[in-house]
Amino acid sequence: MNIIYTDVLVVGGGLAGLRVATGVQERGHHTIVLTLVPPKRSHSAAAQGGMQASLGNCAMGWGDNEDIHFEDTVKGSDWGADQQVVRMFVNTAPKAIRQLTHYGVPWNRVRKGKHESIINAEKVVIEEKEEAHGLITARDFGGTKKWRTCYTSDGTGHSMLYAMDNKAHEDRVEIHERMEALSLIHHHGRCYGVVARNLMSGEIVAYIAKATTIATGGYGRIYEVSTNAIICQGTGQAIALESGIATLGNMEAVQFHPTAIVPVGILTTEGCRGDGGLLRDVDGYRFMPDYEPEKKELASRDVVSRRMIEHIRKGKGVPSRYGDHLWLDITILGRKHIEKNLREVKDICENFLGIDPAVDWIPVRPTQHYSMGGIRTKHTGESQTLKGLYACGEAACWDMHGFNRLGGNSVSETVVSGMLVAEYISDFCDSPQSHIGISTGAIEVFVEAEKEKIHRLLNNEGGEDAYVLRRAMEKIMMEKVGIFRNGKDLQDAVEQLEQLHIRSKNIGVFRSKSYAANPALVVAYRTQKMIKVALTVAYGALLRTESRGAHAREDYPMRDDINWLKRTITSWPDPEQTLPTVTYEPIDIMDMELPPGWRGYGKKNIIENPDSAIQQAKIDAIRNELLKKGADRFAIQKALMPYEHLLPERYRGRNERLYERFDEQKDDQ
Amino acid sequence: MSDTKPRKLKINILRYDPHIKGDEPHIDTFEIEEAPGMTLFIVLNDIREHHDASLKFDFVCRAGICGSCGMLINGKPGLACSTLTSRLPDEINLAPLPFFELIGDLSIYNGKWMRGMNERLETWIHHKEKELRDIDRIEEPMDPDLAEEIYELDRCIECGCCIAGCGTIQMNENFVGAVGLNKIARYRLDPRDERTDADYYELIGDENGVFGCMTLLGCEDVCPKKLPLQSKIAYMRRQMVKTGLNNNIRKCNCLQHEEKMPEH
Ligand SMILES: Cc1cc2nc3c(=O)[nH]c(=O)nc-3n(C[C@H](O)[C@H](O)[C@H](O)COP(=O)(O)OP(=O)(O)OC[C@H]3O[C@@H](n4cnc5c(N)ncnc54)[C@H](O)[C@@H]3O)c2cc1C
Ligand code: SF4
Ligand code: SF4
Ligand code: FES
Repeated sequence: MNIIYTDVLVVGGGLAGLRVATGVQERGHHTIVLTLVPPKRSHSAAAQGGMQASLGNCAMGWGDNEDIHFEDTVKGSDWGADQQVVRMFVNTAPKAIRQLTHYGVPWNRVRKGKHESIINAEKVVIEEKEEAHGLITARDFGGTKKWRTCYTSDGTGHSMLYAMDNKAHEDRVEIHERMEALSLIHHHGRCYGVVARNLMSGEIVAYIAKATTIATGGYGRIYEVSTNAIICQGTGQAIALESGIATLGNMEAVQFHPTAIVPVGILTTEGCRGDGGLLRDVDGYRFMPDYEPEKKELASRDVVSRRMIEHIRKGKGVPSRYGDHLWLDITILGRKHIEKNLREVKDICENFLGIDPAVDWIPVRPTQHYSMGGIRTKHTGESQTLKGLYACGEAACWDMHGFNRLGGNSVSETVVSGMLVAEYISDFCDSPQSHIGISTGAIEVFVEAEKEKIHRLLNNEGGEDAYVLRRAMEKIMMEKVGIFRNGKDLQDAVEQLEQLHIRSKNIGVFRSKSYAANPALVVAYRTQKMIKVALTVAYGALLRTESRGAHAREDYPMRDDINWLKRTITSWPDPEQTLPTVTYEPIDIMDMELPPGWRGYGKKNIIENPDSAIQQAKIDAIRNELLKKGADRFAIQKALMPYEHLLPERYRGRNERLYERFDEQKDDQ
Repeated sequence: MSDTKPRKLKINILRYDPHIKGDEPHIDTFEIEEAPGMTLFIVLNDIREHHDASLKFDFVCRAGICGSCGMLINGKPGLACSTLTSRLPDEINLAPLPFFELIGDLSIYNGKWMRGMNERLETWIHHKEKELRDIDRIEEPMDPDLAEEIYELDRCIECGCCIAGCGTIQMNENFVGAVGLNKIARYRLDPRDERTDADYYELIGDENGVFGCMTLLGCEDVCPKKLPLQSKIAYMRRQMVKTGLNNNIRKCNCLQHEEKMPEH
């Protein structure tokens, strides 16, 4: 039996995983990263649009700060987010981006003087300040009050990921490529690592660590069409679920991006609309202002996606052999802008559609895009129920996105959560509690179980065809657990997925019997896991009889703050059960800095909780009193909802901005 | 388009599984009916799902940005995911990128090679201070044009097509390739990296580096990101020649490379 020991095991080599790895390695803990693919090929590389951080350097971002970023994020989440976690996030994001600059990301910079831009289909002139020249600039993204999304042309994720991977090289982080985690090793409620399979040789290896982090990204590929990379299959969530102890949060919260190309589902970035692109219907008519007079194309993603489907349902879609779609028009931005700032979009249009977006409109449709749900953790990234197991990035639900994530907040989350979680893990590793207390015999039980599963799959003659089950699952998710949901379809979906789950226990691999590199075997065991993940999504969606953020029930169109201000918690304690166990974790309005209200876009369709008004009145009173005393925004925030004590000490500082200079502030005091 | 009959594509794939004892490299042929908007990503997945589940290949992003799916497409290195079949003839020959370690069929272990190259060339920003001293302060300004220029060279996706298209590397396996030389050009441009030309000379001032290249541009033709490899390599060579002369290091054949060399 091959057992590899390390201090910290990180499963996932995307932005989140690498940031955790370099963080703990710098604190002196040996780290190994497992990844399906070379880290630089992780899905993070696909993020085109940008990273949110409230630097406030560019003219349209002027005046931005943590408070505004906080408010945008909480509203975006439709009040599902943990507000303390959001506070931790918004305070750390500027630090994270400045650190990434140090690591080499060539962020686009502010250029002083006047330049033309397109806002709301009109040419406007923006004047950038002299003193901001050369600082990191930002673009407009949906659901934000200020231009806050920092970028490198349209290769933001690529540049960030390359910088992080290079940093990992510099720090000599050990990376084990094409090594897939199959299950968690745990003992007496404590996680000690994973059983992994080498995808080239087929070798089964046990990795044993003081702390294990899952940073495996999202589960978009349970849907038939998704903007996600094909390896975003939710196996990280699945192995947590299969431990029977760790729990998942808000799995039904799945985001659909408004503008993926038809039919293949490759994303065109939100930057297209942020930079001034428009949505048009079959008549060439710009319809979004009719639905969202204020934010128009730039309302939050869940809202724009639903408005698009509503409009298609009114018969205004453009018919095609792949179903109806709408148009994204970026021709008005001009060839120069497109070729410089939206080049990936241009490449995608040329390579996959054979069109020129400087001349032609792009056929688009809302498509599965992001997984708000994930492994439920505390603010430290540690599982609430399985000690020594951590999660961060898209794989986790710590929970800063609630029921809808804002564009640009995700890559930002990966590095921020990576920074923070690395500190908490390091603290844990420094403590005596981190002692590894599992015997070789106990490890062997987990290893043998995985070997046995693979043996069965390869030798089950006449079993089920994994591809058939996978395709059935994808279709069910697509048709019945999509943008608009209803009780009847969801009930069908759960029943059908449950049957698929039962059948999946009898999958057999035929045609391809190798124990080494064997794509058929991989499809087989991943399909078993994916169906379970799909069940958590569908079942959570069925039980949640309200509409919140990306979860839109046609039969329950109201957001219900009386009954549903709570997180869905899913687990799978008994391997024999055929449906996940669902419980709920309340979210208390009386703890909130920003009590529930209207988001400012989307339908005003809320069952209000009386506590909201009470808490709001309380907040207003505190704020007014402090304002009278001349308190600054930091003091007011602290009085409303203290959170700083939750942050690692090194990340508690305030962030300097052009209009909040450190020296000036000191002078004032 | 809809009333013409779809083409029948003949896909010839070079196959070999080093893990199967006795397996020999051989060609398998599959027939596929072409569909509109079909890419080689769709073709290969279709073959795996319906014809041969053991067929090995690598895709991750399927959108031309992750660099996983480089292969020889009718003899020319390219990204399979962003190759439309409509741009290819009826018969399509697929083979793994040469030079890299083979995992099986079209799947190669180029991640390992890239890692080695990155470690050797130390492709990270070299600061005097490894970590940012004050993470709360406003960042250092950078010229907006320079930032964009750096990004231009940062766009390499480590797909390995330039390596597969390079004659030098077939003769000298220690050659860092266009991908490596481009990386050095990228860091050299970046004011945050404090390395000097003498430092870079140490890394690429020999026949495994910039003096090994014969500037015949197999690389630039096949680079899916259309990086300006030709001009960057030529520029780096001029800089390294200068550095070499300044350092009084003799490179007998380096200046020849400025002249035209026979095709490789
Ligand atoms: C097309 C697209 C564009 C986007 N654009 C933006 C944007 O502009 N701004 C923004 O903020 N967000 C954007 N996002 C979202 C954002 O890119 C992702 O949420 C984020 O990059 C996820 O990073 P991660 O590190 O959590 O996971 P990933 O980058 O997905 O990394 C997961 C890692 O886990 C590994 N892994 C998975 N399973 C296993 C296993 N079982 N064993 C071992 N290893 C495993 C993989 O190999 C990979 O290395 C975009 C997403 C898409 C789909
Ligand atoms: S110019 Fe020719 S020799 Fe030089 S790196 Fe490119 S392909 Fe190789
Ligand atoms: S330089 Fe071009 S061809 Fe070479 S690895 Fe980079 S992207 Fe690929
Ligand atoms: S699969 Fe990513 S480039 Fe082809």
